[in-house]
Amino acid sequence: MHEIKLKYQGKKMAPAFNAFHTFLYAPNETTHAGGTHVKGADDLKRTMNTVIMALVPVLLFSFFNTGYQHYSAINGFPENFSVMEHFLTWDNFWLGLITVLPLVIVSYGVGLIVEFIFAVIKGHEVEEGYLVTGMLVPLIVPVDTPLWMLAVAVVFGVVIGKEVFGGTGMNILNPALTIRAFLFFAYPTWMSGDKVWVHGAKEGVTQAGSADAITGETILGYLAQNNETIVSSKFSLSDMFFGFIPGSVGETSTFLILLGGLFLIFSKIASWRIMVSAVIGSLVMGLIFNGVVDAGLIPEYSKFYGLMQFEFWKHLIVGGLAFGIVYMATDPVTGSQTTRGKWIYGFFIGFISVMIRVFNPGYPEGVFLAILLMNVFAPTIDHYVVRGNVKRRMKRLKNATIFPKDSEGKTAELQPETV
Amino acid sequence: MALLSKKDANLILDPLADNNPITIQVLGICSALAITAELQASFVMAVSVIFVMGVGNVVISLLRNVIPSKIRIIAQLIVVATLVIVVDQVLKAFAYELSKTLSVFVGLIITNCIIMGRFEAFALGNGVWRSFLDGIGNALGYGVILIMVGFFRELLGSGTLFGYQVLGDPIAKTGLYAFGYENNGFMIIPPAALIVVGIIIWVQRSRNKALIEEA
Repeated sequence: MHEIKLKYQGKKMAPAFNAFHTFLYAPNETTHAGGTHVKGADDLKRTMNTVIMALVPVLLFSFFNTGYQHYSAINGFPENFSVMEHFLTWDNFWLGLITVLPLVIVSYGVGLIVEFIFAVIKGHEVEEGYLVTGMLVPLIVPVDTPLWMLAVAVVFGVVIGKEVFGGTGMNILNPALTIRAFLFFAYPTWMSGDKVWVHGAKEGVTQAGSADAITGETILGYLAQNNETIVSSKFSLSDMFFGFIPGSVGETSTFLILLGGLFLIFSKIASWRIMVSAVIGSLVMGLIFNGVVDAGLIPEYSKFYGLMQFEFWKHLIVGGLAFGIVYMATDPVTGSQTTRGKWIYGFFIGFISVMIRVFNPGYPEGVFLAILLMNVFAPTIDHYVVRGNVKRRMKRLKNATIFPKDSEGKTAELQPETV
Repeated sequence: MALLSKKDANLILDPLADNNPITIQVLGICSALAITAELQASFVMAVSVIFVMGVGNVVISLLRNVIPSKIRIIAQLIVVATLVIVVDQVLKAFAYELSKTLSVFVGLIITNCIIMGRFEAFALGNGVWRSFLDGIGNALGYGVILIMVGFFRELLGSGTLFGYQVLGDPIAKTGLYAFGYENNGFMIIPPAALIVVGIIIWVQRSRNKALIEEA
C-alpha cells in the first residue's frame, strides 16, 4: 500500500489513494528533523470518531426497536412488557439489521463516492467530514425510506449543502439536516403520516387476525390530531424516555441520546452550552404553551390544543428534539462560535423547535427546520456578540486613564482599577 | 454574403452564452423562479418576452431622438406596458387556461429588469436593426435558461414534458414508476428553481473560466 501511495503521488487520483491509505494504515511519513512540533491528538479524525462512538448505542438500539415496533404492530403490543423477553430478541435484532443496515451502507457508500470525486477534481485530500454525516443520516430518516431516495438526497446534500461552499468546515448548513430537509420536501408521502414509522406499514403488511394494514403513528402525530387519550393509553412515560416508541430510526431513545450527549460533553467534543440552552429554550416555549392552556385562552376543539396541553418537559423525550439537540445543534462548523453566541443559538433552537411542532401540524417534527434556520443565523449572532465585546472594551478604554509606564505616584496607579 | 455581419451576429449570440442575462448578469431571476415549474409555461413566457423585447427595442430605438432624456424611463414604461397588454390579451383570447397559470407573471414582464435594461443600455443609443437584433438576442438568452430550468423541473418534479407523461403513469404505476420511482416534490417549489439556476451557472463557469469574477 505504501508503494501504491508513492506511485500515485502527484497524479490525478492521488487523493483517493491517500484517503484509503490513511484510513487503513498509520502514515509512513514523520515530521522533519529539527524544530519543535507540538501535536494535539484531538485532530479532525479523533473528533469524528468520538461522535461515531457516541452514536453506536443509538444505532444498536434502533436495530431492536425497528423489529420490536414491526412485530408489535402485527401481533399487538405485549401485555407485560419486559426488556429481555420482548425487546432484546434475535428476531427484533435481525429484522432491524436487514432494514437499517442498508440505509447505513447506502448513506456511506454514496456520500463517500461524492467526496472522492470532488477530492480528485479539486486535487485536495478527502476530508473526514462525511464520517459523522453518513452515520447521522440513516438515524434521522423513517425506517422504510427507499434506498434510491436516500441516495439522491445524499448526493444533493453533500454537493449543494457542503461541496459548493468549499467542503468540510466551510458549509453553512448541516449536511445531514440538508439531506433530511430535501427528503421531507421532495417525498412527503414517505416522510410523514402514520404509514412510514413502522417497517412494513407502507407495503400494507396486515395485522395478525385482521385485514387491517398495520400503522404506527408517532406520539407527536397523535397529539397533532388531538388524540391525547391514545397517547396516554398506549405509551407510558418510561416508553417515551427509553425509546420503545415509533419514530425515525435512531431518534426514539432519549436515554441513550442522553448518555451519548454526556459522553460528548465529557470528551469536550460538543458544546454543553448549546445543549443546555437548547433544553432551556424548549422548556420555556413548552411552559408558555402550557400557560396558555391553563389560562383557558384556547378552546379544547382548537387544532393546537393537543400539542399545547402536552406537558412542557415531555417535549424533550418524544420526537427528534433530543437527538437534534445533542448531535445536530452542536455541530461545531454550522453553530455559533462565541460563548455568548452559543447560549443564544441553542436557546432559539429549542424555542423554535417546540413552536414549529405546536403551530404547524404539517411539520410534526420542527427540530430539523429550527436547527437549519439557526444555522443560517449563527454567523449573524457571532457578529453581534463580537461587536458587543468590542463596544464594551471601547467604553472601558474611553473611561480608563492611561499612564505612562514610569508613572511614580502610587495613588495615581490605583485609579484605573476603580473605573 | 452572410446574412448578418459578424458584429451583428454577436448581438444575438453573446446573450445566449457568455453574456447571458440570467446566468451572467443575474437579471430577470424573479420570473425564472416563479413560472418554470412547467415547460409549457416557460415556453410561452419565453415567446412573450421575445416579442416584447424585439418590438420594444425597435420602438424605443425609433423614438430615441424624440424622447427627452429627463422622462425617458416613463416613456419606456409606456412602450413596454402597451406591449405587455397586447401579449396578455392575446393569451387570454387564444390560450385562456395557460394565461391563468401564468396569471400575474405576464403583467410582471413590465418589471423584468432585462427589458428596461436593454432599453436603457442599448436601444436608446443604437440604430433600429441593431436594436432589434439585441432585443431578440437577449430575450432568447433569457428564454433558453427558462426552458432549461423548466425542462428539469417538470421532468423531475412531475415526470412530464409539455404535459406528456414521459416517465410513465404515476397512478397506474407504469414505466419508471413500476420500479418504485417517485416524483420529486421539491422540484415543484420555487427554491428548487434557484438551485437549478445555480447549477447552470456553476456548469457554465467551470466550462469557461473567463467568466469567473475576481473575489
